[in-house]
Parts: sequence; C-alpha cells; structure tokens
Amino acid sequence: MTLTFVMMEAPFENARTVSVLRLIDAAIRRRHDVTVFAYEGAVAMTFARQAPHANAVHGRTAEEEDHPLPKDWVAGLMTAAQQRGVKLEWINCGLCVDERGVAEAIPGAKRGSPADLWKASEASDNTLVIGTR
Amino acid sequence: MKKTLQIVTSAYRCNSEEQDDPVVWICQAMKGAGADLDMLLEGTAVNYAVKGQDASGLSFGTKAQTQPPRIEEDLKRLSAKGIKVYAIEEDVAARGLERSDLLEEIKGIARAELPKFFAQYHQIWRW
Amino acid sequence: MKESSMESYLLFESQEPLESAQVPGHYELAAALKAAGNRVTMFLVQNGVLAARHALRSEGVPRLVAAGVEVLADDFSLRERGISASRLSSGVRVATIEDALDQFAAGRKTLWL
Repeated sequence: MTLTFVMMEAPFENARTVSVLRLIDAAIRRRHDVTVFAYEGAVAMTFARQAPHANAVHGRTAEEEDHPLPKDWVAGLMTAAQQRGVKLEWINCGLCVDERGVAEAIPGAKRGSPADLWKASEASDNTLVIGTR
Repeated sequence: MKKTLQIVTSAYRCNSEEQDDPVVWICQAMKGAGADLDMLLEGTAVNYAVKGQDASGLSFGTKAQTQPPRIEEDLKRLSAKGIKVYAIEEDVAARGLERSDLLEEIKGIARAELPKFFAQYHQIWRW
Repeated sequence: MKESSMESYLLFESQEPLESAQVPGHYELAAALKAAGNRVTMFLVQNGVLAARHALRSEGVPRLVAAGVEVLADDFSLRERGISASRLSSGVRVATIEDALDQFAAGRKTLWL
C-alpha cells in the first residue's frame, strides 16, 4: 500500500509536525510505502544546516541535550524505511524551498512541484493533508 | 482519476508574503497538471469570495510590493478552468455578508448538505 | 463524480473547544456524517484530547459518543497531558497512532480538522 502525506507546518511551530512524523513512522512500521509532500514552511524540515545546541536552563551540554533536530528525525525515518524494504519519498515544494533559502537539504530529500503531489496522490491508496493555521 | 474536494479554512495567513494564498495557488497548479478538483471555502476563508479585496500598497523602507495578492482574480481563474468554488452559507451569513457581496462564480452550500456533498468526491483534502 | 453510498470517515481533531471556536463545528460535522449513515471515527490528538476529560463542562465529546461516532483519544497525547484513562468521558477509547494509521490505510476519507 502507498500512502501520501502533505504537510505544511514549519518545524518548531506546532505539534502537528510531530503528529505527522508519528503517522509516517507508523506507516513505515506497518510496511507501507510513503510519499511526503512538504509544502510551505514544512520544506525546512530537511534543511541540512539545522544545528544542535547546549541548554543552560537544563544544565546540559549539546551532547547531553541530544536534541533531535527535524532533519535527524526525517533521516531516521528514511533509514527505517530502507531497513524495512519500503519506500519513503520526501518531496519538498521547490518554490517554497527557494523563497525560504533552504535548498541545502539532507540526502534523500527531493525537490518537486504541485504536479508531483498530484501524481503521487493518484498513485497512492490514500492521501492526508495536514494544513497549517 | 480521483475527484477531490479541496477545503480552504485558513485565510490571509501569509498572503502578502506569498503574493497569493498558498492553497488557492496549489489548486490552480494541480488543475494545470490535470487534477480533477473543486474547492470549498470554510470559516474565515469564505471572505475570499468577497468582491473588492485590495491588498496593494505595502512598502517596507525602500522596498515596495508591486504584485500584491489578488484573491478575487485567482478564484475567477479557478472558476474559468472548470473548478467549482463553494462557500458555506452559514459561515458567510455569520460574517454579515449578503449574496451580493460575493463573486458571481461562488456557489453557496449549507452545512446540512455537507455529508451528501462529501460523498460526491473520492477524497477530501482539508488544508 | 462518484456515486453516493455509505462511507467511512476518519477525522483528526487536534484542538479543544476552549482553544478554537471552530471545534464545535467539527463535532457537528462528525455527528452529521454519522447521521447520514456513514461510519465515523474522530481521533482526538494533541490538545484535542483535553476535551475528552469528563470533568470538562463541554458536552461536545459525550454528545459525539451518544450520536454513535467512535471517539478515540491518542495515548501519547493523553500521557503528555497527564490524563489517565479513568478521567475520560464514558465511551471514549484510548487508542494508538497505529489505530489511526490503520483506518487511514484502509481507505477511509480522512480529514485533519
């Protein structure tokens, strides 16, 4: 089975981001093929230059804080998909990437267009859009 | 081919920055790619159906915006391409709008009709 | 256009009525879809689970249950907010994200409200 998810939320702004990642994770564990179309702020999820930091309030070094950045979570999902023999195709809306200056993406994240979203949806068994407010 | 209903719920969120509404925009783009879709304006987004919207004139320091969003034109363009654009009647009335305030292209639909309306589509994408 | 027939819906609700004025309308939609003869599940997630605590004044969730909508509350969201199963309104079932995913994968018309 192939499932498509469309996400719009930029990282660190709303719990919807984590909810979508949880659904994608569940889909991979169930051995479904997954396509993600990241639109608007969500294209920053795979930005390669995200960097961890220490947390003085928590009293932790960067290493101790072990802050999983969105790009790390997405990379983790890609690895899990590979290990299970299923596909996770991550497509960032190209124009959204350009205007936000986040072209430097982790390996495996592709650039695409609304036509790619439509094709993915037509090829999928179901599509879920998680918008932003 | 799947026929989808695209529900727009959020409005005026980033229109000035994007120079359009991202959901209205992507629907036009998908239609151009061959998608079969209609649009439903819900909640605040019913105001997109209003005639006379003008977001022009923004300027920050020396940088002026020359291409403001033109939502009316976008909805008319959608309609001209064969996309039916609906607005929830109760949401329109709640905002003090009369039928005459709205673009001719917009079709009203009552909340009570939604279950039967949804059944006409293979999928419903709520943005 | 596809022909009309009994269908199955999965509705994700991530907000509570006190957080957003839209939420009561979402509950009404769920009840209306159910009344129209469809199979309807509302999956409460994130702050949406706050409405499932039976001490809350809102009757929104109990009315959904009475209307025959299957109301599920995400286990992680409940735990994150310190809501134990014993505090939930009658008829609300604790569920996992996998339960939601399985319904989506089964082809239900799925809306994130």
